[in-house]
Amino acid sequence: MAGGTNKKSFINVQNRYGWFFVSIAIVLLGVFLLYPIFHSLYLSTTSSKGIVQKFVGITNYTRLFKDQMFLIALKNTFIFFIIQVPIMLLLGLVLASILNNKSVKFRGVFRTAIFLPAVTSLVAYTVLFKMMFGLDGFINTMLLNLHIIREPIPWLLDPFWAKVTVIIALTWRWTGYNMVFYLSGMQNIPDDLYEAAEIDGANKIQQFFYITIPMLKPIIVFTSIMSTIGTLQLFDEPMNLSQGGVTGSTTGPGNSLLTLSVYIYNLCFKFMPNFGYAATVSYVIVFIVAMLAIVQFKLAGDKK
Amino acid sequence: MKLKKLLVRTLLYGFLITAFIVSVFPFYWMLTGMTNSAVDVIKGKMTFGDQLFNNFKVLFTNHNLGRILMNSFKVSILTVLGALLVSSMAAYGFEMYSSKARDRAYNILLLSMMIPFAALMIPLFRMIVKLKLLDKHAGLILTSIASVFLIFFFRQSFKSFPKEIIQAARVDGASEIRIFLSIVIPSMKATYAAAAIYSFMISWNAYLWPLIVLQSEKQKTITLLISSLSSAYFPEYGVIMAAIVVATLPIILVFFTLQNYFVQGMTGSVKQ
Repeated sequence: MAGGTNKKSFINVQNRYGWFFVSIAIVLLGVFLLYPIFHSLYLSTTSSKGIVQKFVGITNYTRLFKDQMFLIALKNTFIFFIIQVPIMLLLGLVLASILNNKSVKFRGVFRTAIFLPAVTSLVAYTVLFKMMFGLDGFINTMLLNLHIIREPIPWLLDPFWAKVTVIIALTWRWTGYNMVFYLSGMQNIPDDLYEAAEIDGANKIQQFFYITIPMLKPIIVFTSIMSTIGTLQLFDEPMNLSQGGVTGSTTGPGNSLLTLSVYIYNLCFKFMPNFGYAATVSYVIVFIVAMLAIVQFKLAGDKK
Repeated sequence: MKLKKLLVRTLLYGFLITAFIVSVFPFYWMLTGMTNSAVDVIKGKMTFGDQLFNNFKVLFTNHNLGRILMNSFKVSILTVLGALLVSSMAAYGFEMYSSKARDRAYNILLLSMMIPFAALMIPLFRMIVKLKLLDKHAGLILTSIASVFLIFFFRQSFKSFPKEIIQAARVDGASEIRIFLSIVIPSMKATYAAAAIYSFMISWNAYLWPLIVLQSEKQKTITLLISSLSSAYFPEYGVIMAAIVVATLPIILVFFTLQNYFVQGMTGSVKQ
């Protein structure tokens, strides 16, 4: 009997220590993460002009469909997402499978170099790209000298080219980062799978599609969800690539770089602040991320 | 057959070398850029110039680089220290003292990783205003100390920590807190290093949240400086390049000295 109570009190004490260790984090995350998430959901049903705030129900949500700026931001964000994420992930996969091959020389050097862009700050590399892609900047000078183009490309002055620049910049920054995930996943693919395929007469490209990609599925799903979240939150790059940055009248030529996050920022801090409506736009991002994550899990036929 | 093999090899290395040049060139260009004048930078000059001293003089005298670097280091270092302690403690609590209630709390936290920052930014900003932390570094530090990702990262590594050691220490009469501080922490140095690098990078490179919280010139961090320099009406390109190098250098140095921890810290503990 005595042993039983002792054990019980030990478990009680253990439980108390458990709460003690997690307490600071729980309090901080409760206040600075969970509460804001729910509060913003509530805010999205209110309208505030200045300090007056009133309940408006779903009016904010219906307003979205008529809001030209929102629709532009949504369209831009989607273009970045649909074009950039697949290019980057495929490039990362191809590079990883080349560098995973032990017969390739200087693997370490290539791996380090290609990962290097991932250590730069988003603002720093964006500003660097803004200078490189100026009308008389380095890229145009080089392309003209190599006689690839006859006239300078208006990289950051034309709505189409501005988007291309963002896509190039994002791909530069994140390909190596994703490649490292794939490389670490490839360590777990047994060599005999490739050897068996070799004997069966499968070439390298077939091996890539029939062994590497299926074996890496969980990691590919993970990187694509991370990239989805990242792309839908795109802020630093469009803000710093556009003329005038935070204070500019449009984000990119003809608002071609206006993303959802930039629009939320503008609604809160640039125009007459309307926190309620801004919160509505932010919940659109939450909704899209959730939908896309479900789609990606389904596409991968996840069993776990 | 031999010819085909040669062709494939050439293409393969051609591809790798292109990727290498594209990845590394901007770094080379930022190094040359900081030694050149604004006109030379924008013309795309690729060799080193003689404006290095001048560019840094402008940065230090006109833009208060010394103070700005102090701000950045202060915010980042305090955030890292707080984040390591709070997040590793929480992970330890979640992993070593398992209970249903705490596991449920942990799962809710994991789910919240999917929520983009934009969705909490507005209430967070209003909270900062109410707490009178607007334009204070504490407003940045306090809100980023507890990180769900770091808790997850630490918990993954604590999973492989031998529980017998903890049992043995208990038998020897060590208190729970003492076990954590003087047995667990010292034996998990690699994990702490990787987490510190991750946390430092996030904090050092942060832009959106500091942009909202910090409003006066004297509180600014290095990312805010670069951003405002580049959106000036007449940008001083050489000076901007110098600022970019200053912002990038600390992280590159850490990267090359602690490469293995670094990659581990950035990619987390993703296992199949």
